[in-house]
Amino acid sequence: MKTFLKYREIWLLAAIVVLIGLISTRFPAFADPGNLRQVFNDTSILMILALGQMVVILTRSIDLSMASNLCFTGMVVAMLNAAHPAIPIPLLIVIALVVGLVLGAINGLLVWRLNIPSIVVTLGTLTIYRGATFVISGGAWVNADKMSPDFIGFQRAAFLGIPVLSWIAVLVIALFFVLMTRTALGRSIYAIGVNPTASVYAGIDVGRTKFIVFCISGMIGGLSGYLWISRYVIASVEVANGYELNIIAACVIGGISIAGGIGSVGGAVLGALFLGIISNALPVINISPFWQMAISGSAIILAVVLNARGERQQGRIILRKVEAA
Amino acid sequence: MTDVPAPRHIPDRLDKPFSSAVFSWEALLVVVAVAIFAINSFASPYFLDPYSLSDLTFNFTEKGLIAFAMALLIISGEIDLSVAAIIALASTMMGMAVQAGAGTPVLVLIGIVVGLGCGAFNGLLVTRLGLPSIVVTIGTMSLFRGIAFIILGDQAYKGYPESFAFFGQGYVWWVVSFELVLFLIAAVVYWFVLHRTSFGRRVFAIGNNPVAAQFSGVRVGRIKFILFCLTGLMSGIASVLITSRLGSTRPSIAQGYELEVITMVVLGGVSILGGAGSILGVVLAAFIMGLVTFGLGLLNVPGIVMSIFIGLLLIIVIALPIVWRRLRGGR
Repeated sequence: MKTFLKYREIWLLAAIVVLIGLISTRFPAFADPGNLRQVFNDTSILMILALGQMVVILTRSIDLSMASNLCFTGMVVAMLNAAHPAIPIPLLIVIALVVGLVLGAINGLLVWRLNIPSIVVTLGTLTIYRGATFVISGGAWVNADKMSPDFIGFQRAAFLGIPVLSWIAVLVIALFFVLMTRTALGRSIYAIGVNPTASVYAGIDVGRTKFIVFCISGMIGGLSGYLWISRYVIASVEVANGYELNIIAACVIGGISIAGGIGSVGGAVLGALFLGIISNALPVINISPFWQMAISGSAIILAVVLNARGERQQGRIILRKVEAA
Repeated sequence: MTDVPAPRHIPDRLDKPFSSAVFSWEALLVVVAVAIFAINSFASPYFLDPYSLSDLTFNFTEKGLIAFAMALLIISGEIDLSVAAIIALASTMMGMAVQAGAGTPVLVLIGIVVGLGCGAFNGLLVTRLGLPSIVVTIGTMSLFRGIAFIILGDQAYKGYPESFAFFGQGYVWWVVSFELVLFLIAAVVYWFVLHRTSFGRRVFAIGNNPVAAQFSGVRVGRIKFILFCLTGLMSGIASVLITSRLGSTRPSIAQGYELEVITMVVLGGVSILGGAGSILGVVLAAFIMGLVTFGLGLLNVPGIVMSIFIGLLLIIVIALPIVWRRLRGGR
């Protein structure tokens, strides 16, 4: 299984290299290390979000509320910053993490305690969180001129020649890598996705683990809220509207099975990078950005066709029925 | 679906005795609908006007039409997130046809055929290649709307013929709009198909246990394919209605409708895990969502705040029976 997983990510990596190669035939400067660093930086937020979504999907759940969480938390920190510019940025990041955690915990509690399917819960909170953004902001925008220079500048500051935003992405990737491969929680998350019934017999608290997973995706949503707002320097109700499906798309392209249990940190990162490269490349090779949506749609379908070949569909369905008994 | 399904059973008979009907999901929805109706008529003096009530129906007829087909699809254990994108693509194709000088009948035909084609494409990917529908339709959702964006960019199609306006703006009799009549006819047809035909029974059987259904001689793949085609068809019809009502096409048309349609279906008591649900529930949920959005609209509540109520309604209505059962069960 492990070698098979590696196999899949190598293919995705190869696809990305080929993609970069194709783009540089039209626009040679694209493959410059400097430009690739820029692409990585542009894709950082999507990578972080995809990792948060990944842990949820691995447990056979889904979090559709991440983009709304991002929007709400972003508005909270932007308004805090506008009202009290003295609050230091690290404290704001902690606040963003906590707000995101609370929103994620609400999802998690509903899934854990009431056993409502996660797709229903997060479909509801998707609209609630975005609506709540309108309520706290009164529909007003927070513009760049209301944000403090630190608020905007923090993620742009260069450390060892690379922006802080990229470093945050690297840090999050490293944390998730440790979580998924070196901790009991990580093993539990995979186990629940592969076989929830067996996980119960193995002593894993399935409900509680799902709760934790939603707390993680919530914190990620909150962190991304600050990063998004300070990157695009505008906080409004429309921020990241519909972005939840981009996050899931990155996961799917990264080979994370929507049926749970299959997927890796590397896959999620590469899936996000794939989408990031496409959106960065279209303008420089003179293709209208309006093509992006159709291209990523085709990429999703292609990815799922290729990935599905390894999954034992029939066996899975029979297993599910055993659990139901 | 991605979650572990709860145990279910198929009743031998669909008709329920009176006592269980009182405590059914539909009864809960009726209570909610009556309560919202009453609150609305107290809250705004304009609410009980027949013309206001007629306007109200436009809030749910188009989404409701799709919700019927989506209900069948979700009962069979699949889902289609691409319905709003199908609306956008069908509308764009109709817009192109208008530029080429097509008349109203051709436009309607194009809308319906594009919808059907998109649905068949989803169905083929899911049933022929055995792919999970949630992922396939996230992909086709980007693809269909992406094609609309490629064709239109930031432009818009206008200049639809005058006779075309009837579908979205016309009235059949007094305040009864064409859209409402179509919605009611579709409700009866889908009710009959789901609850009174062997096809409907097979849909339930597939949702409860696709493997057992397969071994019982149900052609699972073919029925699922038909359901995807139906969902595409209804999206095509909805596209005709919306395009006719708005009189223009932008690639962002009907953005976010897919989640509203699914909310409607789930609020209507259809199990997101498949295998259970009724058309009556979906009709009631459509009315409730229309009532909430319209009532709050009369009170000048912005659309985004209404969505909070819809979201809360969805979670509360689903959580209530669970909490109720726990309390009675002494847990």
